[in-house]
Amino acid sequence: MNHQKVESTTVDSFKRPSQTKEIWRRFSKSKGAVIGFVLFSIIAIMLLAADFIVPYEAAIKQDFSQQLAAPSREHFFGTDGYGRDAFARLLHGGRTSLSIALLATFSSAVLGSALGAISGYFGGKVDSFIMRSLDIFMSVPDILFTMAVVYALGANFTNLLFALTLAYFTNYVRLVRSQVLNLAEQDYVEAARAGGSGSTRIILSHIIPNAVGVIIVNTTLNVAKIILYESTLSFLGLGMPPPQPEWGLMLSEAREFMRTAPWLMFFPSAAIVITAASINLMGDGLRDALDPHLKS
Amino acid sequence: MAHTEIQNILEIRDLKVIYKTDLEVVEAVNGLDLTIGKGKTLGLVGETGAGKTTTALSILKLLPSITGRILQGEIYFDGEDILKKSEHDMQSVRGNRISMVFQDPMTSLNPVLTVGDQIAEAVQLHNPDMSKEQINERVAATLNMVGIMPSRSGDYPHQFSGGMKQRVVIAMALSCEPELLIADEPTTALDVTIQAQVLTMIRELRDRLGTSMLMITHDLGIVAQTCDDVAVMYSGIIIEAGTAEDIFLGDKHHPYTVGLFNSIPNLDIKSDRLNPITGLMPDPTNLPKGCVFAPRCNHQMEICLEARPGVFEEGTHKIRCYLFSEAAGNSKAGVDLNAE
Amino acid sequence: MLNDNQTVPLLETVELRKLFKLKGGSNLHAVDGINMKIYAGKTLGVVGESGCGKSTLGRTILKLLEPTSGQILFEGNDITKYSVSKMRPVRKDMQIIFQDPYSCIDPRKSVIEIISEYMFIHKLYKSRVETFNKAAGLMDMVGLARRYANSYPHELDGGRRQRIGIARALSLNPKFIVCDEPVSALDVSVQAQNLNLLMDIQDELGLAYMFVTHDLSVVKHISDDIMVMYLGKCVERATSDELFANPQHPYTKALLAAIPKPDIRMRNKEFQLIKGEVSSPVNVKPGCRFASRCDYAVPECSQRDPDFVETSPEHFVACYIVNGR
Repeated sequence: MNHQKVESTTVDSFKRPSQTKEIWRRFSKSKGAVIGFVLFSIIAIMLLAADFIVPYEAAIKQDFSQQLAAPSREHFFGTDGYGRDAFARLLHGGRTSLSIALLATFSSAVLGSALGAISGYFGGKVDSFIMRSLDIFMSVPDILFTMAVVYALGANFTNLLFALTLAYFTNYVRLVRSQVLNLAEQDYVEAARAGGSGSTRIILSHIIPNAVGVIIVNTTLNVAKIILYESTLSFLGLGMPPPQPEWGLMLSEAREFMRTAPWLMFFPSAAIVITAASINLMGDGLRDALDPHLKS
Repeated sequence: MAHTEIQNILEIRDLKVIYKTDLEVVEAVNGLDLTIGKGKTLGLVGETGAGKTTTALSILKLLPSITGRILQGEIYFDGEDILKKSEHDMQSVRGNRISMVFQDPMTSLNPVLTVGDQIAEAVQLHNPDMSKEQINERVAATLNMVGIMPSRSGDYPHQFSGGMKQRVVIAMALSCEPELLIADEPTTALDVTIQAQVLTMIRELRDRLGTSMLMITHDLGIVAQTCDDVAVMYSGIIIEAGTAEDIFLGDKHHPYTVGLFNSIPNLDIKSDRLNPITGLMPDPTNLPKGCVFAPRCNHQMEICLEARPGVFEEGTHKIRCYLFSEAAGNSKAGVDLNAE
Repeated sequence: MLNDNQTVPLLETVELRKLFKLKGGSNLHAVDGINMKIYAGKTLGVVGESGCGKSTLGRTILKLLEPTSGQILFEGNDITKYSVSKMRPVRKDMQIIFQDPYSCIDPRKSVIEIISEYMFIHKLYKSRVETFNKAAGLMDMVGLARRYANSYPHELDGGRRQRIGIARALSLNPKFIVCDEPVSALDVSVQAQNLNLLMDIQDELGLAYMFVTHDLSVVKHISDDIMVMYLGKCVERATSDELFANPQHPYTKALLAAIPKPDIRMRNKEFQLIKGEVSSPVNVKPGCRFASRCDYAVPECSQRDPDFVETSPEHFVACYIVNGR
């Protein structure tokens, strides 16, 4: 048989060379993305190391002799109405806020994407059912819904997580569904069926990996939203019960001292804004890095 | 030089075009020379990646603004150097004196405007003094010219079949009676029987209006049936050019041209195996030194790898190959980025 | 079909129909009563222009689309109504090669993963490494350099991508492959390379092909028999040599005449044009579907479907003018 000349070197390994290097290179080209990444890394490191920087007790220890103290060397960000160290509260509160937000983001992404993929791939009655249920679900305003869940089940870590997941998974369903509708038309999906592949395998192996870019980008943008939302909840008193610090709760408590101790509002606000903004910047950079075709 | 300007509607000299992205530089056109006589049709033949579309876009100065760059060269349209014209001047040339028809009729037409409106838009742009009635008359005449009932001018593109859409596109291109029509693979997306209709129509219109034409295609059959002159393009340069007789009936050819003819499955003879040219066109970001075709050429000699061959001329027939010409050409393959 | 001592065709269809239901209740007659036989090791070329149903036919035969009526017999077994799970083992024997080298392979998988996919689905080999090695062997067979094993599709050109698809189709050792316009999207010189490859593989492995294409010059080289389709029906069928030497159906003749030949001595000959456009495959009426465009049509042509008649040995035509019925 007259094959074309082929160098038959044996293949040493069948590892796919990772694309992450290329993605990182594109990511680092955007100044905003790098700034966001650096900022977020700093914040994350500080929060993770919170216990080493300042003990948790400082965040809850009340000391009325030190009430509403201005920022000083002893209390970097001052103290609140109960004399608790604001810096300690910010760090430990940040751990709570951010961990709930990140976990909620992850679970809402998984739930929403799964539903969206099933809806888009199978179509027909399954699709109609899921989409109409979603419509009903979405007709209830987020805050009301979350309030109802928290009141019914009580405010603790798990329930908050649950409430936030339910509030945000809907974002993903429509998005992933439209991606999947597009992907399911591709020839390589038909090729997989021609090879005897079942639907589950096709969704997991072909559809989700190709939709994952969109999911990831949406997720990073959602993290910021969820942080803000979690802050809103704790601001409204629906968050973790005291004395557990949280950024939104700190804001709420600081309201009455707006004139007398404005730093109490400033630092939590700044923390929320900087964290959300850095994540948004990263999200933009990630979107461009994952799909360079989007840039003109 | 003066006397040729009257005879040729288009003359391209030593055109070099690159696409520059932050990753790499794509050398798309590398010293192209091309001539189209007035009233004549030139077939520009080549495979994907040869640079044919880039050439067409360069003539109209429609290269993508961020990445496309014309490094050097002259493009004389009816005696004037187009590359020296301003964008404003170009707008009165495009669609009016030089028109272009693209390959895919599906995406060339705006789906939310009626066909009549789209033709009218083209007419009005270049004839701002025309009254509404005159424009409508011109639209009707244009549709008639391509064999579509004028009553269909109120229909939308999706209501037409592929062949008819392409006819509308051609109608739009000819509505202002341009001097030069550039057709970039106008029938590739069409069925063969519809292709025959469209090609016949193009031929008739061209004959009737006296339009010069640049027919870009990879199909030697279309070239044989519609073109007076032929230029074969490979990796950004013309490697063979001449009249249709030179190319189809001549006895001397560039090895690539021979390879192209041999690759076509012959309708008349059934053979057990076809004779493709081995290998692929070189990577435009990394062109070989010397003759661009040398790596794939069965007649490769040492000199082929050193410098680009000069042009061998026999009457109207030109071949860029060391098999025929002894001297090396003037410009090397490769880009002098300092010339930007 | 010349069958070289084979009595049972590898693949046979009997009055196979595929209709699509459109919104509003009308039916699109994509494939409308196709009878064909393909024998092991042979190639049937299916030719026609867009809308004739040739791609739909290929996919219906493979049960990638559910047939509306009629029968599909593979190695004598009626697979028409096989469920997805019953079809799975059959899929090892019948495969498909797609037209578009850009969309037929998953852009997120490496070359070796794409080729190995089917073998993993059917658990053909015990270990991952063994499977990948078999895939590497397939790369050799289709002329893909092994250094591309860990590359991504977008790093390769159209011709090589198409070869990935071919290697994948071969991975289960099929007996029959539907080649759906496998070279149409490629440049002329690459077309020739890939066509040679397909022919070589056929000789070496004894495969049967159903070669679907609109390009008559390509189909001539690779086919033993050719079937011409128009609007879901077969209008003419003959051996490859016979069809080109002696085309009888007006559509076949027009198709051959429409091809621009690379010969300038024929330049001033007018293309023999078929007038008009292809009529709609939606809610078709009885009668020959080509009649409205046919230069030879008489009123009887539009009254009932013409019979498919053997006008000379192994040469069938469905035309009232040719057959009188």
